[in-house]
Amino acid sequence: MSLLEVKDLSKRFGGVVAVDSCSLTVPAGTITGLIGPNGSGKTTVFNLVTGFIAPDGGEVHFKARSIAGMGPDRIYALGIGRTFQLARIFPRLTALENMLVPVRRAGLKALLSRGAWGHEKERAMEMLAFMDISQVAGTLGGALSYGQRKLLELAAVMMAGPELVLLDEPAGGVNPALLERIAERIRELNRQGTTFLLVEHNMGFVMNLCHEVVVLHQGRAIAKGNPREVRENPAVLDAYLGT
Amino acid sequence: MSGTPTIAIRAGRLAALKGLGLVLVGILALILPLIAPDPATTGMAVFTVMYVGLASAWNIMGGYTGYISLGHAAFFGFGAYSFGLLLNHLNVAPGYLPFVLVPVAGLLTAVLAVGIGWVALRTRAATFVIVTIAFMFMLQLLGENLVKLTGGGAGLALPYSHDWGGGFFNVPYYYAMLVLAVLALVISWSIRRSKFGLGLLAIRDDEDKALAVGVPTRSFKLTAFVISAVLVGMIGAVYGYYVTYLYPQFAFDPLIGISMVLMAFLGGLGTVSGPVIGALLLEPAQMEFAYRFGASRLYLVFYSAVFLIVILLLPRGIVPSVADLVHRWRRGAAGPTTTARGSREAVKAASP
Repeated sequence: MSLLEVKDLSKRFGGVVAVDSCSLTVPAGTITGLIGPNGSGKTTVFNLVTGFIAPDGGEVHFKARSIAGMGPDRIYALGIGRTFQLARIFPRLTALENMLVPVRRAGLKALLSRGAWGHEKERAMEMLAFMDISQVAGTLGGALSYGQRKLLELAAVMMAGPELVLLDEPAGGVNPALLERIAERIRELNRQGTTFLLVEHNMGFVMNLCHEVVVLHQGRAIAKGNPREVRENPAVLDAYLGT
Repeated sequence: MSGTPTIAIRAGRLAALKGLGLVLVGILALILPLIAPDPATTGMAVFTVMYVGLASAWNIMGGYTGYISLGHAAFFGFGAYSFGLLLNHLNVAPGYLPFVLVPVAGLLTAVLAVGIGWVALRTRAATFVIVTIAFMFMLQLLGENLVKLTGGGAGLALPYSHDWGGGFFNVPYYYAMLVLAVLALVISWSIRRSKFGLGLLAIRDDEDKALAVGVPTRSFKLTAFVISAVLVGMIGAVYGYYVTYLYPQFAFDPLIGISMVLMAFLGGLGTVSGPVIGALLLEPAQMEFAYRFGASRLYLVFYSAVFLIVILLLPRGIVPSVADLVHRWRRGAAGPTTTARGSREAVKAASP
């Protein structure tokens, strides 16, 4: 069954149709890639699915529940996490504090108590170690390198145990060694049960990592399949090369 | 790590030093009217402690979430007026009883703050600043024009106790202000250490990112705004009872709103102790200044000078700057091995 189901989703900004009755599905347990030329609507689809902008039309279902029009914090609470292009972290909080912000706590009492910090910090340190950045736990986010920020952002979004994580260009601006590490960590998290949907321009990264690929062109999904099928699809070549 | 025990001992000693300092300041605050009973000093103490409370309360919103409200005088004046009207309409006898009713003024302020916050928090950054100023002036205008309710420009008289003559008059108000300042500090301190506070700091750093990781930003901001406003409203109530006569332009005084902001900036935005230090430095200095140069309002020049110096030289405020110095000194004193190792690790991690 599909974890995420997007149906006829549309969004226009003034005269520009950013997303044009786009339909796509993300099966549970997969790593799905969302590719397409610049301006094809990939990030807008992310913003629509995670509630940062409201769609003009269409439906978004997560675990068979309609989530279109909900706010980002509610969608996060339902189990969809996301990262941003250019790695956004909290610059004036330490890496460890960055990890604790996403932790879910129910109820007023839990929000005000400090009792659970110990356990949560332990989990945060484990996750930082998993990303190989535990040595910077006490460092302010603003003092971290770009690579460390990328790893920290991914680590932090995992803290609430989301079922689906949307990654916006996880390989963007990253050196090859770190790229391999990020791919390997995503694969491992996927093995442990997290489903991923990622936008990426680095084709090698996508073809290597993704089980399924959806191609977006001018706001529409024009092709999907496994990486090999997509690579050989003539419509995809047209979209990219503009022939 | 070879340096760790030294650092731990130093950190322990520092914490002990901090605790000792806190206890001493607490004792001094408690016995102040006994060791300096003349009315000039206790009068200055009332206003200084009032600003400790105001700056700390303002900091819960402005410092933690980064939403700079320049209109908190709205809640100060509203607290004062609602308290005055409450005392007058219920015919409360002056004395100690009115102090017990101060939380009622806080409750009324909460209702107002929910309304103002609901509207103002739809905006961010500079727009938020301007909206808060606008609300402050709206309340000032209402105070002037709802003559039947507030007395308008003729003012509103509050009951006062004739038993508290001479040197004693300031003392009950001093302790009432002290209780509220301590309350503001305790609340500020516990928020700073809670998950709620962490969410507020996340909003300050990057609000959209905070939303993306599940921080319910709207309700968090509104809660912080209301907590901050209620404390300011209660302090305003005690102020009204202290000055016994309220005028719209002095109760809803933009300068009061700006003073608490300046004090928080000077001491260190978003720290618990910063607003306290800012208030302890600025308020006595300002009163001294006003006293020496009379009603010339020259102290406004003094205020703007302080503001400029803070922005230019101490943009983060006293507490963070000093904390940085201490931190650097401690790391330096712990020996070069720690620092070298730290930077090596940083380099290693930066280029995986």
